[in-house]
Amino acid sequence: MAAIGGTRVNPKKFHKNQIPFYLYLVPIAIFMGMPIVYIINHAFKPMDELFAFPPRFFVQHPSLINFQNLFQAAGSSSIPFSRYVFNSLVVTVAVVVLSVLISTMAAFALSKMKFRFKNPIFEINNLALMFVATAVTIPRYLTISQIGILDTYWAHILPQVAMPVCLFLIKQFVDGVPNSLIEAAQLEGAGSWKIYYKIILPLIKPAIATGAILVFQNVWNNIETSNLFTTSEGVKTLAFYMNTLSTAGSVQGQGMAAAASLIMFIPNLLLFVVMQSSVMNTMAHSGLK
Amino acid sequence: MITKKKTPYLFLLPYLILFTVFIIIPTVMAVGLSFTNYNAVQTPAFVGLTNYINLLTQDTIFLQYVLPNTILFSLVVGPVGYMLAFFLAWSLSQLTKLPRTILALILYSPSMTMGVAMTVMWRVVFLGNQSGIANYVLTQLGVITEPIVWMLNTDYIMPIVIIVALWGSMGVGFLAMLAGLLDVNPELYEAAAIDGVKNRFQEVFYITIPSMKPQMLFGAVMSIVNAFQAGNIGVMLTGSNPTPQYAAQLMTNHIEDYGFTRYEMGYAAAVSVGLLGLIYAFSYVARKLFSEKE
Repeated sequence: MAAIGGTRVNPKKFHKNQIPFYLYLVPIAIFMGMPIVYIINHAFKPMDELFAFPPRFFVQHPSLINFQNLFQAAGSSSIPFSRYVFNSLVVTVAVVVLSVLISTMAAFALSKMKFRFKNPIFEINNLALMFVATAVTIPRYLTISQIGILDTYWAHILPQVAMPVCLFLIKQFVDGVPNSLIEAAQLEGAGSWKIYYKIILPLIKPAIATGAILVFQNVWNNIETSNLFTTSEGVKTLAFYMNTLSTAGSVQGQGMAAAASLIMFIPNLLLFVVMQSSVMNTMAHSGLK
Repeated sequence: MITKKKTPYLFLLPYLILFTVFIIIPTVMAVGLSFTNYNAVQTPAFVGLTNYINLLTQDTIFLQYVLPNTILFSLVVGPVGYMLAFFLAWSLSQLTKLPRTILALILYSPSMTMGVAMTVMWRVVFLGNQSGIANYVLTQLGVITEPIVWMLNTDYIMPIVIIVALWGSMGVGFLAMLAGLLDVNPELYEAAAIDGVKNRFQEVFYITIPSMKPQMLFGAVMSIVNAFQAGNIGVMLTGSNPTPQYAAQLMTNHIEDYGFTRYEMGYAAAVSVGLLGLIYAFSYVARKLFSEKE
């Protein structure tokens, strides 16, 4: 293998010429990862350590007091902590499932079917990659109130289901499924729906995983739908509750907020670690032309 | 290829309905509302271009703070964040699989926590008294003697917001570029070495970037969108909208300020249209740079 300066892309073995990359990548990674390590430590700090002077980075006597406070404080107000968790779970699961379902269906049509408005539809979706939801919050609010779903779970779910990036990535991946497979299935008499769930879905699992992760991250961390489209505490989500904790600024609040943000962060991290090879596989097809 | 007439539309229908209702219609409505005076109670009254004219001539806050802030912020977080993402992705691609995966995961992790961990963590770092980490470290190093009230000091708010935004900018675009880099045909590099490409720099410019233009473009669009979307960092860190003396006021904050605090929704819509226009303009430039259709 030709190798400039003794290294090459995606090497199989360690070579001393890779050391310079580590020299700056590791410090940068430490900087990037520090806040997360800090959150983990902060969440387990007892009260006196949270406000210790000089401030300490690492926890010395880990305790679960913040988690206890979190569950109790929420319990004393009218809405229990578990309610926020439940709301978040319902909303997130619903959006991820619906989003993956309709995106894969649309991707299949855009990639493997011939019809008149195919290219314009895909182009419009590509334009919508630039869509910034916060820019049109007001008209979105008006639309949602017109439909009559304000202050319900639907106000969280429906606006977030259609996600242009998700459709885009899945469609690019479906493009890679050989047409011959579909033709063979057609010869055997399989209809479009059968082809969709017997051939397309099993072959695009990596793209499904990636789409699901992206949607998950969007929805799980979203505070805007709680802030703007709902008014009763009972339908608001965990991300929203966490945000009110951290902005409340009380003495207990900080430790509780750290505990809550750890609870928020763990599912993100686990999902990504489990699915990272699928994600990388999908991203290789992510080209925008 | 499936050529039945109705089937494609059946498959597309659910996506298209939701896409139209929650993305297309709000965007069209924003354009429509931007020509009206609307306070969310009475029916919108048509006022022509007044909102746009006011935005560009009367709104001193917009012209003095919001627009320059937005441009500064998006130029730094957009292009700089993008180049940083490419550089880091390229560096990672030179490593073996296991360390690469671990480092990539760490670099990507802030973007999964944006908004969530951010507030808690960065507020403690930039706490305005002695127990804030930044103040403590700087005092220990002898750089400062008095703690700096970061979040009220207009000199520091914007740089801090930019640092936090860059910290969270290794997102989907970064992953796409990393995957693109690993996907470049290795034979191209061999051929290039024979043809006289001598150093890494030439290799990146003549081989790597041209062979992964589509991923580069996707990454660019994602960074631009990210840069314009990250508007709430300043509000979250300082805990107020508007931010102290508008020091970190960005267009998205201005929209919320007018739309949901003052209920001048027509005016807010005009700012929204301006924002979408800016995003489109930036993406257009990116498209020109990386498009394969020449």
